[in-house]
Amino acid sequence: MTTIRDGQTAQDTQAGPAEPPPAEGRVYSVNGQDWDQVVEAIADAPEERLVVNMGPQHPSTHGVLRLVLTLDGETVTEARVGIGYLHTGIEKNMEFRTWTQGVTFVTRMDYLSPIFNETAYCMAVEKLLGIEDRVPARAQAIRVMMMELNRISSHLVAIATFGMELGATTPMIYGFREREMVLDLFEYITGLRMNMAYVRPGGVSVDLPAGAVDKIGEFLKIMPGRIKEMRKLLDANPVYVRRTRDVAYLDLTGCMALGITGPMLRAAGLPWDLRKSQPYCGYETYDFEVPTETSCDVYGRYLVRVAEMEESLKIIGQCLDRLSGAELKGRPVMIEDRKIGWPAQLALGPDGLGNSPDHIAHIMSTSMEALIHHFKLVTEGFRVPAGQVYVPVESPRGEIGAHVVSDGGTRPYRVHFRDPSFTNLQAVPATCEGGMIADVISAVASIDPVMGGVDR
Amino acid sequence: MSSDNLPGVPEEPVARHGMFGVTDSGDTSGYGRLVVRRPPKASSARPYGEGFDEIADALEAAAGDAFGAMVERVVVDRGELTLHVAREHLVELMAHLRDDPALRFELSLGVSGVHYPAETGEELRAVYHLCSITHNRRMRVEVSCPDADPHIPSTVSVYPTHDWHERETYDFFGIVFDGHPALTRIEMPDDWEGHPQRKDYPLGGIPVEYRGATIPAPDNRRSYA
Repeated sequence: MTTIRDGQTAQDTQAGPAEPPPAEGRVYSVNGQDWDQVVEAIADAPEERLVVNMGPQHPSTHGVLRLVLTLDGETVTEARVGIGYLHTGIEKNMEFRTWTQGVTFVTRMDYLSPIFNETAYCMAVEKLLGIEDRVPARAQAIRVMMMELNRISSHLVAIATFGMELGATTPMIYGFREREMVLDLFEYITGLRMNMAYVRPGGVSVDLPAGAVDKIGEFLKIMPGRIKEMRKLLDANPVYVRRTRDVAYLDLTGCMALGITGPMLRAAGLPWDLRKSQPYCGYETYDFEVPTETSCDVYGRYLVRVAEMEESLKIIGQCLDRLSGAELKGRPVMIEDRKIGWPAQLALGPDGLGNSPDHIAHIMSTSMEALIHHFKLVTEGFRVPAGQVYVPVESPRGEIGAHVVSDGGTRPYRVHFRDPSFTNLQAVPATCEGGMIADVISAVASIDPVMGGVDR
Repeated sequence: MSSDNLPGVPEEPVARHGMFGVTDSGDTSGYGRLVVRRPPKASSARPYGEGFDEIADALEAAAGDAFGAMVERVVVDRGELTLHVAREHLVELMAHLRDDPALRFELSLGVSGVHYPAETGEELRAVYHLCSITHNRRMRVEVSCPDADPHIPSTVSVYPTHDWHERETYDFFGIVFDGHPALTRIEMPDDWEGHPQRKDYPLGGIPVEYRGATIPAPDNRRSYA
C-alpha cells in the first residue's frame, strides 16, 4: 500500500499513528508490489524531480547499501551513497583481543574474500615481528593457492550477482554453482566454507589434508570449461553488451583521483597489480599475466574479472606442482619459532575440528612445561615490538591494506583496514550522474562492493 | 660515590607498573614492582637507505626553505618511511608529493586515525598512506593534533579520495578536517555521541554466563599489557 505524506500539511492517506512531517516535498512510501498506485499517485505531481531512496534493502544493492538518487525523468542528476548499516566495530574489538585472535575478526570484514583480509593482517603482524623471511615456504605457497581460489570464488559472485541484477538468472545459477566448488574445497581444507581464520601470524592453521591436492586438481580440470561456458553466455550476448558497454565510464584520471584500484583500474588500461608490481608471498616466482582493458566501462571490468579467473587457475596449477613436489612436501606450515608459532595443529575429531589428539595427550599427560607453554601462548599470546606498518595485498576488489600499530603489548594498539570496496564506492557519483537510473545498477555492480568490507 | 652526585639521566615517562592490570588486590604474581617505560620517540637520521633519501632530497628541493618547518621528524622503520609533518604545512606538502616529477605519489590509500592519549599535545594522529605508481614506491605522512584542538586541514583538494576517509577518521576519532566539503559522520548514525575509536571510549559489552562461570566483557578481562 502506497502512503503519501506532504511536507507541511502531513495529510496521511491512511489513518495511521502520527509521524513527524518530512522536511520538504511530498513523500511516497513504497512497500513493493504497489507500482500501479505509485504511478497513479505521481501522475499529477507538479514537478518532475524525484528523489528515490534505493536501499538499504534493495536486492541489487549488494547488501545494505543506500543510494539517494535525484531523478529528472529517468536521468540521474545526483547520486549520493549512504553507508554504515553494517558497521560492526571490528577494528575496535581487535584492540581487546590477542594478535592471533585478530584473525577471526578480520576474516569477517570482506566476507567474500576472507583469505585476503587474513593474509594482509598476518603479513602486517609478521612485518612488525620481523619474521617475514622465516615464514615457511610451504605456508606461503598454500596462502597463494588459497588466495587465488578465493579470487575465483569472489569474481564468480561478482559476475553471478551482476547477471541477476540485469535480469539474467542463468549466470547467477551458474556462478553460484561454480563458487560452491571452491567453497567445498575451502571446507575440505580449513573446515569452514567462509570466515575460515585459516591464515595465522607465522603460517597457516593447518596443513592440507590428505586428498586435497587431488580434489583441487579435479577442480582445475572442470573450471576452465565452466569459465568458457560463462564467456559463451555473456561475452557476446547482445542484451548484456548493450547494458554494459560504455556504461559507468571512469578513465584513469578519475581512478587515480578517487583512489580506485583493482579491476576498475585495470579496465582503465593501467596494468597495476600488486602481485606483479610489489610482489609478496613469492608471487614473483609464479608465471601469470595481468589482464587489462582500455574501455573504462562496465563491460571492460567484466572482461578483466573473467580473464583474472583464468590467470588464477594458472597460478593454482603452479602451486599444486610445488606443494606436491619434493621441495615442499611434508614441510612445516607454521613458523618454527616456539614463542610465536601456534603449538598445535588442527585435526578432525568425532566432534569437529579441534586441537590434534596427539597434542592434547602431550600437554595433558606427559609434559607440564608443554601445558604451561600452550596455556601462555593461547591466553596471553605473544608480544609484538612497538611500531607501525602498512601492508597491502591485491584482493579481488583492489588494494586491501592493513595499517597495524603496536605499542609493544600482546594486543594490537590499532588496526585499520583500507578496504577497496570502501574507496571504490566513492566512484558512484562520478559514474552514475548524468546516466539512466537503470545504469546505476550496472555501475554499482561493476564496482563489486561488499558491505562487510565497506563498513567493517 | 653516592647516587646523589650522579648526573640526572633523562628517562622516558612510565607507561605502567606491574602486570595483569591488577588494581584492586595485592599483586601475587611477582611482577608487582615492574616498571615499564614508554619507548623513546623514534627518529631516524640520514642516510635513510632503501631509496628513501631520494624522496627526502626531492621533497627538500621542491619545498625549498619551508622544508625545515614542514617536516618535524623522519622515521624509517621496518622498511617504511614516515614523515611527521606540521599540520599547517600539510596541504602544501601533499601537493608537492603528488605533483613533483621526482616524487609523483599519484595514488593515496586514504587516511587512518590513531589515538595516543599518553602523548600530550599530539594525542590524535592522521596517517596518510601514499603510493607512487610512476616510481613504484610507498611512503607515509603522519600529522598530529592535540585533543584540545582537534583540527587538521583537509587534503580533499589534493587527493579527492580522502573525502570518505576523512569523514571516517572524523567519525571515529573526532579529528575535524578544516575545509572538507561535507564533514559528517559516515559509519555511525548522525546523532551518535562520542567518537568510538578513541582510547577513552569504552568497548562496551556485558558479562556472559557459561556453565555457572561468568566471563566478563572483553574490556574488563585480564590484560597482559
